[in-house]
Amino acid sequence: MVGSASASSRGEDTFPKILMHNAQVFGSRTAFREKDFGIWQSWTWSEVAEEIRAFSIGLQSLGLKAGDKIAIVGANRPQLYWAMVAAQAIGAVPVPVYADSVAEEMAYVLGHAEVVFAVVEDQEQVDKLLSMSDEVPSLKHVIYDEARGLRDYDHTHLHHYASVQDKGRALLGQSASLAGEWEQGFASGKGADIAVMLYTSGTTGRPKGVMLSFDNLVISARNGNVFDNLNETEEVLAYLPMAWIGDHVFSLAQAFTAGYCVNCPENMDTIDVDRREIAPTYFFAPPRVFETMLTMIMVNMEDAGRTKRAMFDFFMDVARRAGEKILNGEQVGLKDRLLYKLGEFCVYGPLKNRMGLTRMKVGYTAGEAIGPEIFQFYRSLGLNLKQLYGQTEASVYITLQPDGEIHGDTVGKPAPDVELKIAENGEVMYRSPGVFVGYFKNDEATADTKTPDGWVHTGDAGIIADNGHLKIIDRAKDVGKLTDGALFAPKYIENKLKFFPNIKEAVAFGHERDRVGVFINIDLTAVGSWAERNNVNYASYQELAAHPDVYAMIESHVDQVNRDLSREPMMAGAQVRRFLILHKELDADDGELTRTQKVRRSFIADRYGPLIEALYDGSAKKYVKTEVTFEDGRKGAIEATVEIRDMARHDAGPATREAAE
Amino acid sequence: MNAFVADKAQTPAGPDAAAEPEVLLRVDNVSLAFGGVKAITDISFDIRKGEIRAIIGPNGAGKTSMLNVINGFYHPQEGTITWRGRERRKMKPYEAASQGIARTFQNVALFKGMTTLDNIMSGRSLKMRRNFFWQVLWHGPAEREEIEHRRKVEDIIDFLEIQAIRKTPVGRLPYGLQKRVELGRALAMEPELLLLDEPMAGMNLEEKEDMSRFIIDVNQEFGTTIALIEHDMGVVMDLSDRVVVLDYGKKIADGPPEEVQASQAVIDAYLGVSH
Repeated sequence: MVGSASASSRGEDTFPKILMHNAQVFGSRTAFREKDFGIWQSWTWSEVAEEIRAFSIGLQSLGLKAGDKIAIVGANRPQLYWAMVAAQAIGAVPVPVYADSVAEEMAYVLGHAEVVFAVVEDQEQVDKLLSMSDEVPSLKHVIYDEARGLRDYDHTHLHHYASVQDKGRALLGQSASLAGEWEQGFASGKGADIAVMLYTSGTTGRPKGVMLSFDNLVISARNGNVFDNLNETEEVLAYLPMAWIGDHVFSLAQAFTAGYCVNCPENMDTIDVDRREIAPTYFFAPPRVFETMLTMIMVNMEDAGRTKRAMFDFFMDVARRAGEKILNGEQVGLKDRLLYKLGEFCVYGPLKNRMGLTRMKVGYTAGEAIGPEIFQFYRSLGLNLKQLYGQTEASVYITLQPDGEIHGDTVGKPAPDVELKIAENGEVMYRSPGVFVGYFKNDEATADTKTPDGWVHTGDAGIIADNGHLKIIDRAKDVGKLTDGALFAPKYIENKLKFFPNIKEAVAFGHERDRVGVFINIDLTAVGSWAERNNVNYASYQELAAHPDVYAMIESHVDQVNRDLSREPMMAGAQVRRFLILHKELDADDGELTRTQKVRRSFIADRYGPLIEALYDGSAKKYVKTEVTFEDGRKGAIEATVEIRDMARHDAGPATREAAE
Repeated sequence: MNAFVADKAQTPAGPDAAAEPEVLLRVDNVSLAFGGVKAITDISFDIRKGEIRAIIGPNGAGKTSMLNVINGFYHPQEGTITWRGRERRKMKPYEAASQGIARTFQNVALFKGMTTLDNIMSGRSLKMRRNFFWQVLWHGPAEREEIEHRRKVEDIIDFLEIQAIRKTPVGRLPYGLQKRVELGRALAMEPELLLLDEPMAGMNLEEKEDMSRFIIDVNQEFGTTIALIEHDMGVVMDLSDRVVVLDYGKKIADGPPEEVQASQAVIDAYLGVSH
């Protein structure tokens, strides 16, 4: 059983207090690194404490008071992390903001949070903030880190980071007692005080400011450290947006509580190189990052010589066969064990080195579903990659996959101290020490999300499997029912389909209907390369999509998905009974996808109404004409006769179950 | 982009606005001919310290020839060039370089097989003091000198935001980035006068915006005087303090952008009238 760290077991319950503790205990250990001018510059814990103290006192002299909000805008830099703790030391509340958000959205967040100070990275952010001075009347001072281009600006309300620190140092030099007074200032701080405010992007409506207390973050971080045995020797790469709860916990809360080192990359384009140089021991990335790395490897292998390729293929086979089992500590034959050792030397080791994951002790992926092949690829190399499920409102951790209990389709067991339950409507709910205090100036939303006894609605529908693992199936509001009462989770089905490389997009229908029907978009790259290899000629997406061989291929994929679904008692009722391949690619220019490439379900339902009817009226073909917008803004129409195929339903009977096992 | 343009408007000609502007380079009655072809005829203008000076004109107007005259590649048959108050004699381009004039080229002229870092380092070669003997010995003075220069080069890499391509051979880079590397190499010479021959040719809008920003930053941060040739009128009008317009080797206008824009001769030259 994994232990948990209780709130006050160690005395230090706020980050400023933990900082002073670390400066004493880990004084000469490296706390932060940043690559600058091609060299990794580093700061030890005691140096960081000094930097933060100087900045904090400088802030105080500029007039920052307890309770004031201070915005943090920019890419991951040590100075910006320090600014957060420096503000906390005087009781102010940092509000990290997404640096790349559009001015209008940033203005809303800063205005809503009533920020008084802002610490920003460079001229770009300064310009952005100056342009929104009307919307953010509370903003008094802007402090920038990178001086370039700002020399001729009016500096009455604009300060250089270093000059604020100089001010602090000068004051410290004048008065011997000031350092002690500064420490006294936060000694009385409590764990229940608000530590930080993070705005959630929110798919609908305005962003909401999630208030997290020191207790939320410190206890969650300590639990996370205990769960994965993280200590002061870890190295992490801080490269995800600072305004995101994940980065805040991994690069600040956990780094401070465990005392490990945070590395800031040179800039956003050098992350791959920087990761290889640092070789983080604890690594977090959304699935997209792992996908890109895998694609890069596969592309490079295509160009490699014949011997190398043969070696790669051979040992990847071995890894697929034995790698995950070895990682999970399961029984593996001697021959495979030896081959795997050899493969580690010839292929896996160099690959991991290339990706900068050689020293990775534990890695997490979260945010969205990761493709099972991708997940298995990394695990078979011996990388302890796991999935977690979390939310800003929970200080990240809700469920985690424990070592050795990795199932591709679940997100793991409740994290330490987290209680989990499934509500009547299938929604996942949790209660934990990490549960947020409330939304800033939005009691209504707080009451909607958090029950009086501390349970939080996640907005996601899920089920708890027999082994205690949580499985997320869809957004709760998208989950519907078929007319026969079977549970219908469109995204769950769509994701299963999308894991086939040949299927780019899928849209499932079935709420309040008698069966499930699906629109499919083929992936032009994958299917196109298949067509090339098999001498299938085609002139356009439309022609390829209507090709009988392509239909047969997709049919086999859909059949496979149905077989998978039939094995899951909750989902067996919602197998795909009819599908069609759309005659055009879903496109954000036509409004069918959001700019972040998510399907706009209701829009598609309107636009392709006749096709949806055809899914349910039993016809085998349907003529459609669709208006499209070309890249230059002109409009045109695509017309086609789309074929619709029926699918067999797989029984969830014992026979199938046996076959599956 | 508008923000910094607006800032520029508030401080019109940099730090020297109030004082009598110091002339860095003056060209008087210069004519240049190749055999019977007169490339430049009787042109006079000056470049003030700290300004961004644009040279524009239709194709074949003699802009690049003018730049080549300034950096000593061509020798005008008539006229004089005064550099920092002293009349210049006939000289080789590398002498111009050592006097503080650096340039970039219309067609990228980098060492394609070398990395970005090495290309920019090559811009420092005129500043290297240790001779061949010390370089062979390497340890000690030569190494220290190299580190010093590397530090300068890293400043430039940071300034131009090309950290990600530090170790990439420039032949593999897209065109826009190559242009940026070339600017970096010119900056490595820490020039007093920087000549840019069509710095934005062949770039897309975003690359142009980046490049404009770099040019302004070079001018403001390093105080480098810049003379540039450019076809994109929007860029020229936004960036430059003064513009000189050439047509068929003759100067047809000279002055602040707004003034030049309104000049009938310039309009005729660009839109074309029968000569």
